[in-house]
Amino acid sequence: MSGRAERSPSPSEVGFSIISRRDLVLGGFAALGGAALLAACGSDSDSGSSATQAPGGTTAPAATTTPAAAGGEVTFGSNYSNEKPAAGMAAALKTTGVDVKINTVDHNTYQENFNTYIQQPDDVISWFAGYRMRAFAKKGVVGDVSDVWSGITGMSEGFKSASSGLDGKQYFVPFYFYPWGVHYRKSVFADKGYEVPVTWDDFKALCDKMKTDGITPLCGANDGKWPQMGMFDMLNLRINGYDFHVSLMGGKEKWTDDKVKAVFTAWKEILPFYQDGTNGRTWEDAANALGDKSAGMYLIGTFLTSNFDSATQQDIIDDIDFFLFPKLNDEHGQDAIEAPIDGFMMAAKPKNEAGAKQVLGGMAKPEAISAYLAIDPSVVAANSQADTSGYNALQKKSAEAVGSAKYIAQFLDRDTDPDFAANVMGAAIADFLTDPSQIDSILADVEGKKATYKFE
Amino acid sequence: MTVVIAAPAAPIERRTDINVVTSHRRRLTPPRVLLHAFLIAMALLWLIPIGTALYNSFRFYERDTQVNGVFGKASALTLQNYREAWSVGHMTQKFGNTAFIVIPSLFFILLLSSAVAFACARFSWRFNVAFLVLFTAGNLMPQQVLFQPLFQMFKRMPWPDLLSDTNTGNLLNTKLAIIFVHVAFQVGFCTFVLANYMKTIPKEIGEAAAIDGAGMLRQFFQVILPLTRPALAALGTLEFTWLYNDFFWGATLISQGPQQPITSSIQVLNGQYTSDFNLIAAASIIIALPTVIVYMALQKHFISGLTLGANKG
Amino acid sequence: MTVSLDTLDAVDTAATPSGRRRRRYTSLTRSDRWWLRIMVGVPAALHILLVWIPALLTVVLSITEWDNLDPVAKIKAVGFRNYWQIFTIFDSDFFPAVLNNLFLIIWLSICSAIGMLFAYLLDKGIKGGRAYQSIYYFPVVLSLAVVGFIWKSTMFSQDRGLLNTVWPGKSIDFVGDSTKLFTFHVPFTDTALGLSRNFAALLLAMAWRHIGYIMVMYLAGLKAVDPALREAAAIDGCSEWQAFRAVVLPSLKPINVVVVVITVIEALRAYDIIAALNEPRGTSVMGTLVTRSLLGEGAGRVGFGSAYGVLLLLMCLGFIIWYVAHHFRETTE
Repeated sequence: MSGRAERSPSPSEVGFSIISRRDLVLGGFAALGGAALLAACGSDSDSGSSATQAPGGTTAPAATTTPAAAGGEVTFGSNYSNEKPAAGMAAALKTTGVDVKINTVDHNTYQENFNTYIQQPDDVISWFAGYRMRAFAKKGVVGDVSDVWSGITGMSEGFKSASSGLDGKQYFVPFYFYPWGVHYRKSVFADKGYEVPVTWDDFKALCDKMKTDGITPLCGANDGKWPQMGMFDMLNLRINGYDFHVSLMGGKEKWTDDKVKAVFTAWKEILPFYQDGTNGRTWEDAANALGDKSAGMYLIGTFLTSNFDSATQQDIIDDIDFFLFPKLNDEHGQDAIEAPIDGFMMAAKPKNEAGAKQVLGGMAKPEAISAYLAIDPSVVAANSQADTSGYNALQKKSAEAVGSAKYIAQFLDRDTDPDFAANVMGAAIADFLTDPSQIDSILADVEGKKATYKFE
Repeated sequence: MTVVIAAPAAPIERRTDINVVTSHRRRLTPPRVLLHAFLIAMALLWLIPIGTALYNSFRFYERDTQVNGVFGKASALTLQNYREAWSVGHMTQKFGNTAFIVIPSLFFILLLSSAVAFACARFSWRFNVAFLVLFTAGNLMPQQVLFQPLFQMFKRMPWPDLLSDTNTGNLLNTKLAIIFVHVAFQVGFCTFVLANYMKTIPKEIGEAAAIDGAGMLRQFFQVILPLTRPALAALGTLEFTWLYNDFFWGATLISQGPQQPITSSIQVLNGQYTSDFNLIAAASIIIALPTVIVYMALQKHFISGLTLGANKG
Repeated sequence: MTVSLDTLDAVDTAATPSGRRRRRYTSLTRSDRWWLRIMVGVPAALHILLVWIPALLTVVLSITEWDNLDPVAKIKAVGFRNYWQIFTIFDSDFFPAVLNNLFLIIWLSICSAIGMLFAYLLDKGIKGGRAYQSIYYFPVVLSLAVVGFIWKSTMFSQDRGLLNTVWPGKSIDFVGDSTKLFTFHVPFTDTALGLSRNFAALLLAMAWRHIGYIMVMYLAGLKAVDPALREAAAIDGCSEWQAFRAVVLPSLKPINVVVVVITVIEALRAYDIIAALNEPRGTSVMGTLVTRSLLGEGAGRVGFGSAYGVLLLLMCLGFIIWYVAHHFRETTE
C-alpha cells in the first residue's frame, strides 16, 4: 500500500508529538485534581470553566496552544477513519478555507459512543441522514442549520427533506450517498453467459445456474449483525413497497403481519444460495470471495470497491458492476432503492458557530465533494452541480440508479430507532439465518420488544 | 483485575532443600520424559495463536497471505507491516497518551493505597475492617455498570480549559478523568494486598521510630514504606499490565481519537483493514511488546506479586 | 509531638467486636491524628465517590426512565417496570446470557483445576520450568483486544483460520454458528436454552488465558507447602496422589478461596473477548448486555440498561459478600 496520505496536522500533533506540554502541566496538578474533584462534585451544575480557577503563573507553557474560540479554528469530529476517506475528507475540508482541526475516531467506536460523544461534541460532526439524525435533532443536541441551507445551491428537495427534523428545520448537510445493489463481476457474467436478472424468478434461476457451475451464488456476511439488514430492506421494499417499509420502521405496523412474513418466506427461498456461515463472516471476507470469483453476487453498498487495493487490484475494481435488486411485486417493480446519505451536523452550542457554519456551507459546495471524490471514488456527490466528468462507470451507474428511483430509503439502522435496529432486529435476523423455521416465534419476539420502544 | 488472598503474609522462604527430596527423581526416568513431553506439547499449543500472528506480521499480505493462506510458506519476509502499523495507528502519539495515563495512575495508586494500608494495618481503630471491606468489595464490581453515573459526574465537574486538550470546561475527554477512575478502582486491590503485607512487619519497628520522635509521616515514609518495597515493586508490575491493557475507559471517556490510549490503535486498524490481516498482526505485536518486556524483566516480582499474602506461615 | 511507647500501648484495651485489642488513636498527637485521617480519608473519599456512589446511582436509575440526552430533571420513576420487561419481554436475551455466565463459571472452574495441575507439575523443580511458566502465563499479559483479534482472525476465521485449515471436513463457522450443542427447557421460559457452538469455541480462547493466570496463583501457593511434610511423605513411601491429597491440598486451602473468587468474578464480569469478537448471536453474557444497553447507540435507555446492570451487580454481590465474610472472619480470628 503506497501513497498513504496523512490527516492534516492539528496543532497538538505538530507542536508536541508525544506528550503535549499541557499534559505535563496537568500531571503536576493531578494531586490537586483530587481535591478539586471532591469539591466540584457537590455542585451539580454546568457552570463551565469559570468555576475552577486556573493556577495562573504555572500555566504559561500552555499559552503556546491557540485557544479555539479566539482564532478561526473549527473542530471537526470525523468517523472517516479508513485510509482513502480520511485523506479525501482532509482535502475536502481544505476547500472551505477554514482552519479545521480534525478529530478522527474509528468508524465503529464513533458510532457506538455517539450518544455520549454528542454530549461533548466537536463543532462540526459527521453523521447520517434519516431517523438517526432526526432523533438527535429532536433532543436539541444538534444545531439548526437552516440559514446555511438558504445559501446552498444544487441540492434537490429530496436531500433537503432528508436533512430536516420533524419541526421542518434543517439539521444536516448532505455530502455524498452510496446505493446498495447486487454486485457482480462483469468478466464472470460474460464468460458464463449470465444475464442480469430483472424478476425474482430470473434471479433464482441465475443462482441455480451458478451453483451448477461451481460458483457460490451469493456472498454471505453478517459479522456485526448489520450486513444482512440490507437484504431485509430490499425484500421488504420490493414486496410491500416504500410506504409500508417506512411505516414498519416507524413502529406503526405489526411485525407479525403477513406482509412481514412474506418477506422472510421469499428470503428463505434464496438462503440455500448463500455462502456457508454467513453469521460469522465479515463483509470484507465476503468481498474477497467476489474478488477471487468463488462467489457470484453480493448485495452490498458500493463501498464494496474500497475493499480492494487500488494499487494492486485495480483490475478487480474495474470488473465490478451492480444491478438493481430484482422485482418481486409488479405493483412496486424496482421503484425504490437504498442509498444512505452521509453528511454533517453542527453541535447545539459550537465554540465557533460562525466558523462551523462556514465549514458546513463550504462542504455543501460542489468543490468540496469533488476534492473528496478525487481521492475516494466509491461514492456519489449529493450536490448535483458537482463535476461528474471524472466519474467511473460505477459512479455513473450509482448516480443514474438513484436519480431514476422513485423512493430512496436510508438503511434499516438509519430508518428506525438505532437501539431497536441493533439489539432487536440485528439479533432477529441472525436468529433467522441460523434457523429459518423459527421465523414465527422470532417475529413474535420482535413485536413484543418493539412495544417497549418509543418511536418518533 | 483480581483479588488476592486472605491470610497475612509470612516472609517467603524459598525451598532450597526440596531438591534433596526430589533429586533422586531428576534423572530421566520414564515419568520425567512423559512429563516433559506433556509440558512441551502444551507449550506448543499455547504458542500457536501468538506464533501465527508473529509469523504473519512479517509476511506480505497481497502476495502471500491472501493467496497462500495464513500458514503457507512465505516468499519473502518484511518489516513493512510494522512501519505501516506504526504510522497508520499514530502509535508515537498514542504510546505517549498511554504513558501519560499509566505512569501517574500507577504512582497515585501505590501512594494512596499504601497510605490506607498503613493506617489500617498499623493502627487499630473503629472503622478499620469496614474500610478494608469497602475497598475489597469495590474492586470486585463490574466496571461497565458504573459508566453512566461516572460519565454524568465527569461532565459536571468543572476543569480549566488551560489544563485540558479539549477545552470543554469539564473533566470529560481529559486523561485526568481516566487517571481518577483507575486510581479509585485499583486502590481497592492494592490496599488489600499492602495491608496484609504491612501486618507482617513487626509493630515494634514503628514503635521504636515513634519513641525516637518520628511523626506519623516520617514513620510512614521513612520506616514502613522502605520495608514494603518488595510488595510495591510487585504490585507496580501487576498494575502496569492492567492499566496498560485497559481499553474500556480509554475509548469511552475520551472521544477525541488522537487523545486515546494505545489500545485504541488496534480498533482503528481493525476497522480500516479487516482484510489486511498482517498489518493488524504487526500492530498487535507492537502493542503487546511493552507488557511482555515488563513481564519478562520482572517475572520474579510478577509472580511474587500474586503471592503476596498467599502464604500462611 | 512525640508519643511514648507507654501511651501507644497502655491505652484502652477494650475488645472490639472482632475480639482484637484496639489501640485508641486518641492517644496519638493532634497532627498525627490528622495525618491518619487524611491518609485514609482521601483514598476512601475517591473510592466511594467514583465506585460506590456510581453503583448506588445505577441502582436508583434502574427504577427510572431516562434518555441521557435529556436533562436530569426529566428522569421519571417507573418502579420495577424495567425489571419486569427484562424478565418477560427480553427473556430471550436475558436468560441465555445468564446461562452463558453459568457455563463460564463451570468452564473456568475446570480450567482452574487444569491450572492447578500445571502448577503442580512445574513445582517439581524440572528443567526449564521458568520457560514453561513464561509461555503458559504469556496470554495473561496481552490486552484482550489483542487476544480477541488473534482468535477471531487466526484461529476461528472460516476462510483462513487455523482451526478450519486443520479440520478435514466442511469449514465450521466458529464465530457465528449459534446453533445449540444441547438444549433443555427451563420452566417459565418459552425459549429452549443451551450451549451455543460459537460460545463453546469462545470458551477455548478464554481457557487459553485463564489457565496461565490460575497456574501462577497456585505456583505462589505451592511455595507455602511445608517442605518437611513433603519429605516425610516421600520417606513414608506415599504415592504421588496420596502425598498430593494429604500434604499439598490442605496447604493450598487459602489459595483455593482466592481462585474460587477470581474464577467466579471473572466468569461473571466476562466482557472484553466477546466484545472484541463483535458479540455474535449466542455469545452474549451479562457484561455485554449491560455494556451495549448502557453505552452504544442504545444509551438512550439508561433506566433499562441500569436494570441489567443491577442484575449483574446482584450476581457479583452474592459472591463478594461470601468472599468478604470468609476473608474477614479468618483474619480476625
